[in-house]
Amino acid sequence: MSMATPIVTPVEREDYLNKEYGVASWLLTTDHKRIALLYLISITFFFFIGGFFALLIRLELLTPAGDLVQADTYNKLFTMHGQVMVFFFLIPSIPAVLGNFLMPMMIGAKDLAFPRINLLSWYLYIIAGIMMLHCILTGGVDTGWTFYTPFSTAFSNTKVIEAGLAIFVSGFSSILTGLNFVVTIHRMRAPGMTWSRLPLFVWAHYATSIIQILGTPVIAITLVLVVAERALHLGIFDPKLGGDPLLFQHLFWFYSHPAVYIMILPSMGVVTEIIACFSRKRIFGYNFVALSSISIAVFGFLVWAHHMFVAGISVYAALVFSLLSYSVAVPSAVKVFNWTATLYKGSIHYDAPMLYAFGFLGLFTMGGLTGLFLAALGINVHVTDTYFVVAHFHYIMVGGALMGYLGGLHFWWPKISGRLYPEGWARLAALIVFVGFNLTFFPQFILGYVGMPRRYYQYPGEFQVLNVLSTAGATVLGIGYLLPMIYFLWSMRYGKPAPDNPWNAAGLEWQTQSPPTTFNFEKQPVVTWEAYNYDEIDTGHKQEAKVVA
Amino acid sequence: MSHSQAAVPTSSHDDIHSPALLHHFATEEQQRNASNFGMWIFIATEVMFFGGLFCSYLIYRRWYFGDFGAASKSIDATLGATNTAVLICSSLTVVLAIWGAQIASRKLMIGSLILTMLFGLAFLGIKGKEYKDKFEEHHVPGASFSFENVSIPGHPDQYANPRHAQIFFALYFIMTGLHALHMIVGLGIFTWLLVMAWKGRFTPEYHTPLEVGGLYWHFVDIVWIYLFPLLYLIDRHP
Amino acid sequence: MSDHAKSSPLKTYFGVWIALLVGTYLTYAVAKVDLGPYNAAVALIIATTKALLVALFFMHLKGASEKLLKVVVISTIFFLFILMALSMADYATRGYK
Repeated sequence: MSMATPIVTPVEREDYLNKEYGVASWLLTTDHKRIALLYLISITFFFFIGGFFALLIRLELLTPAGDLVQADTYNKLFTMHGQVMVFFFLIPSIPAVLGNFLMPMMIGAKDLAFPRINLLSWYLYIIAGIMMLHCILTGGVDTGWTFYTPFSTAFSNTKVIEAGLAIFVSGFSSILTGLNFVVTIHRMRAPGMTWSRLPLFVWAHYATSIIQILGTPVIAITLVLVVAERALHLGIFDPKLGGDPLLFQHLFWFYSHPAVYIMILPSMGVVTEIIACFSRKRIFGYNFVALSSISIAVFGFLVWAHHMFVAGISVYAALVFSLLSYSVAVPSAVKVFNWTATLYKGSIHYDAPMLYAFGFLGLFTMGGLTGLFLAALGINVHVTDTYFVVAHFHYIMVGGALMGYLGGLHFWWPKISGRLYPEGWARLAALIVFVGFNLTFFPQFILGYVGMPRRYYQYPGEFQVLNVLSTAGATVLGIGYLLPMIYFLWSMRYGKPAPDNPWNAAGLEWQTQSPPTTFNFEKQPVVTWEAYNYDEIDTGHKQEAKVVA
Repeated sequence: MSHSQAAVPTSSHDDIHSPALLHHFATEEQQRNASNFGMWIFIATEVMFFGGLFCSYLIYRRWYFGDFGAASKSIDATLGATNTAVLICSSLTVVLAIWGAQIASRKLMIGSLILTMLFGLAFLGIKGKEYKDKFEEHHVPGASFSFENVSIPGHPDQYANPRHAQIFFALYFIMTGLHALHMIVGLGIFTWLLVMAWKGRFTPEYHTPLEVGGLYWHFVDIVWIYLFPLLYLIDRHP
Repeated sequence: MSDHAKSSPLKTYFGVWIALLVGTYLTYAVAKVDLGPYNAAVALIIATTKALLVALFFMHLKGASEKLLKVVVISTIFFLFILMALSMADYATRGYK
């Protein structure tokens, strides 16, 4: 399976990469594939920045004393780690890179519905990124990524306004991407590409886009209020002036909870594609998986105050939100069951993308289950604002979303770059990431449970062993992340040229050239087969996808 | 849910199409549908954007009903009502402009566009007068805010709490200010539409920018339709 | 494509316009009458009616060929409602204020 059909390297074919050269052809492109690469480079840059802050945090936490940085500096470190990772890496990552690149091809379209708005999205992201960088370099923010009031509006001496505005702009980038995707999926599907034939990757991005469209504007207005309050001393969130700090939290979390689903849903879409391909089976329960994506998007909007159980909301509200939070776990569980059922009696291949998918399965499940712990009011009171929460969301964000992203990058790398990455190194990197990840974050569950608070830079001596393990794990994890960056870059020059469909995967994107031409398809494809028709593919009944006119 | 043929099947490039058809769309109808749909989704995002403010307003109005009533009484409801009427007229002229394009009446189209913009300017002018009044009465939140000895409507013996009144005015300025900003952007859009219309770019077959711009304008009108009673008419009992 | 075949929409447009102006006047007038807690409800009902008129007739939601646009509008209103309702679930049950 990993060995594809013999590769013929004929005369260099025209593709989206070599069609035009020059900076202007990239910075003024409207080709969704080029824009995806622009995003790839930018978010990788911010991943490094966020990772750098993580490194400093873990270094500080090697010892119980606060001896590497001052307390105020530590506050800035975890704040900016969070803001950069959430808003400038995780939220754009899969949709802006893989979604942008693949989705139009998956539905048989030439481009997104609004290519120029797609480019605008990227420019907004860059502007936001520059603002954020400037904020970081001129003093940073120390409010926590959550910007809680009245500290952020009345007491913090750091650059809250600038950070808030940077995130405001990045939000617009996110909104426009979501808008583009929804219109594209509704309006630009090829003939025969019915909703029930869509790859589940597309369904996942559709659900994600709904959240981006409906949720992001609320944090946008919240940040406007914070900036206004801070600049004009208004009192909307300040108890001394009659305001309610919890109002900020309600508005903030109304977006920021669904935001975590923006981060995980696309990853689930990637994992679905990988599991189907490397089990050589149609995904089990297609309808359920599709519907569960939409359910997660909808239910995700109903649970936000579970971040506020100990903040002062009423007991009755807490009960309601606790109950609703349990319900949102159901569609996620449905997905896990369907993936598992897909694997059952599948013809499993352990290529690197699949290793990432396996990692995702285990780690997302753990992260998700610990979410249920947190949804229980009694337990929540005990572990809120401890490392238990930190571990929970890193299991999902890093063990889940990031693993899915890496798996997807590997899976589609031949399509994106026209090169094969070195499989041996990739499998090694996947294992290193898995080991490093668990070593980093599992101890944090224990730390949280025994009482170590989050956002603290000092801790009692008896917590040191676990912290050292965690930092050691972070080092291993870092190596695991560096490896793909190295060999992906290496492959662009020295990697074997990739065939059009090295995995023999289902999906219209694999019917294009590797790398694709600028307009993806020579002629409008007409779809006459079901999604994930691996049975047909593997028994030689080829999809007549080669674009019937 | 599957109206499956989203795209019209392969049209050959011999089809005569408007120069406005972009290459990645198969037909003009697809392009128009996409643009329309895109604007509706953008409007959805704007609803949520303003929605956060309405939510905040709702919460504080319930908490500080008396103080909000006092503050609300101090803004000019006649000007507010006039502005509402102005925007309603402007929405009418917007649909008339589109109708003008549909029946290829250049005069109606351009005349309506100009009228729309005049109404928009009138709205902003009246708003400016309101803001000026508030500034002079020291009702602008900030260092020089003052709201002393204003009695709560219906309770002539109780004075409104200035801190709570300041929250009303904060929300008033942010909500109407944001709305005015959207009006200004709308005027910018309509300037561009006017230029395009003047150059003859719109035909009965193609006037999508007008439709899409019109949708935006109507949305801004709808926001004001809600702002007016909520902000100006909390308690106007004599 | 516009509806050349349909009868002129001008009557509808001017009708809606008059209705909107009447609604505005009503809102203004009713506010002066003391209906106790129902003032807010009446004002919102009139406002919603006006908004519906604009959306259905000026924004052509009524004649839209597919249900998709209506789904977008209804979902948006639904989620806005969730924001307000679930926030109020907290504020209304706090036991203070």
